[in-house]
Amino acid sequence: MPDLLFRPWPWWVAGPLIGLVVPFVYWYGGKKWGVSSSLQHLCAATIPAGIGYFHYDWRKAGSWHLAMVAGIVLGGFIAARVLAPAELLVEISSATARDLHGLGLTDLTGLAPSEVFGWGALFSPAGIATVVVGGFLVGFGARYADGCTSGHAISGLASFQLSSLVAVVGFFIGGLLSTWVLLPLVL
Amino acid sequence: MPNTVAAPPDTAKEVPRDSLLVYLLLGTYLGFVFVRSEVASWFRIQEMFRFQSFHMYGIIGTAVLVAAVSVAIMKRMRARDHSGHVIPFGDPDGGRPHAQHILGGTAFGLGWGLLGACPGPIYALIGSGISVMVVGLASALAGAWVYGFLKPRLPHG
Repeated sequence: MPDLLFRPWPWWVAGPLIGLVVPFVYWYGGKKWGVSSSLQHLCAATIPAGIGYFHYDWRKAGSWHLAMVAGIVLGGFIAARVLAPAELLVEISSATARDLHGLGLTDLTGLAPSEVFGWGALFSPAGIATVVVGGFLVGFGARYADGCTSGHAISGLASFQLSSLVAVVGFFIGGLLSTWVLLPLVL
Repeated sequence: MPNTVAAPPDTAKEVPRDSLLVYLLLGTYLGFVFVRSEVASWFRIQEMFRFQSFHMYGIIGTAVLVAAVSVAIMKRMRARDHSGHVIPFGDPDGGRPHAQHILGGTAFGLGWGLLGACPGPIYALIGSGISVMVVGLASALAGAWVYGFLKPRLPHG
């Protein structure tokens, strides 16, 4: 039984576990579940700078988000460092492994490539493009679209919101461009 | 010109202290699932955008399915939240698509493909020990801040 906690979970276990968060947050909080609002609340709490978008009572509106994302950090820690297998190896398809080797990556262990996602690589073109530019676009885009994967692809689609479908189409257009055009340029 | 879609954050109800613990536990559950299911893996996102595995599609697809069925049941039962209030399913704007959804969505996607993580997994990756993702989070916050700054000048509707 405990072995199930240590081995990677298949999609048909993980998907429903994530999906259940939507009705739970509706029932417990009367709210739509999403994660990217946390970025807005954190900005409002730290550098509102007189900007209208950050001018609201973030404690009232955002405390639940901030508690949740603190929990996500903790959950990630438990999964990777406490109830964790000896080595986190994501068994990706051989086709993907081939493609990534072709882009110059040799170490495919862990959750993210150590050659790119590390302090030593941070100031390389690959590090800047993925961590800094990628991170910036995730935050900018998620707030511009008023939702990210959780808010639009899961919660929004579950409520048949056309706006969310359009957002998801955007997610894919952007993601495909990054994968096929941008990454080969920077890796 | 004004953003007709995004309603201001719900400031109506103060969240009681004990329920913050519930949200902390919810987040812990999510962070664990994100890592254990490899949703937080840059490699899995690459697989997804290369269409070389069903894994991420399976996760998002079944998540949407379970969420949709649950919401449908709650609507059918006219379920109220546990404080007894009516639950506001759906966007205040009725889910109408606007320019912000395709423009913001594409910007987000560009970032997702590069970073290999959306906001939830960013937090989980920090917890998992990939400390450089703190820079990823800081960059995401910078992006959110710049959005807030530029918002009046950006096309939304």
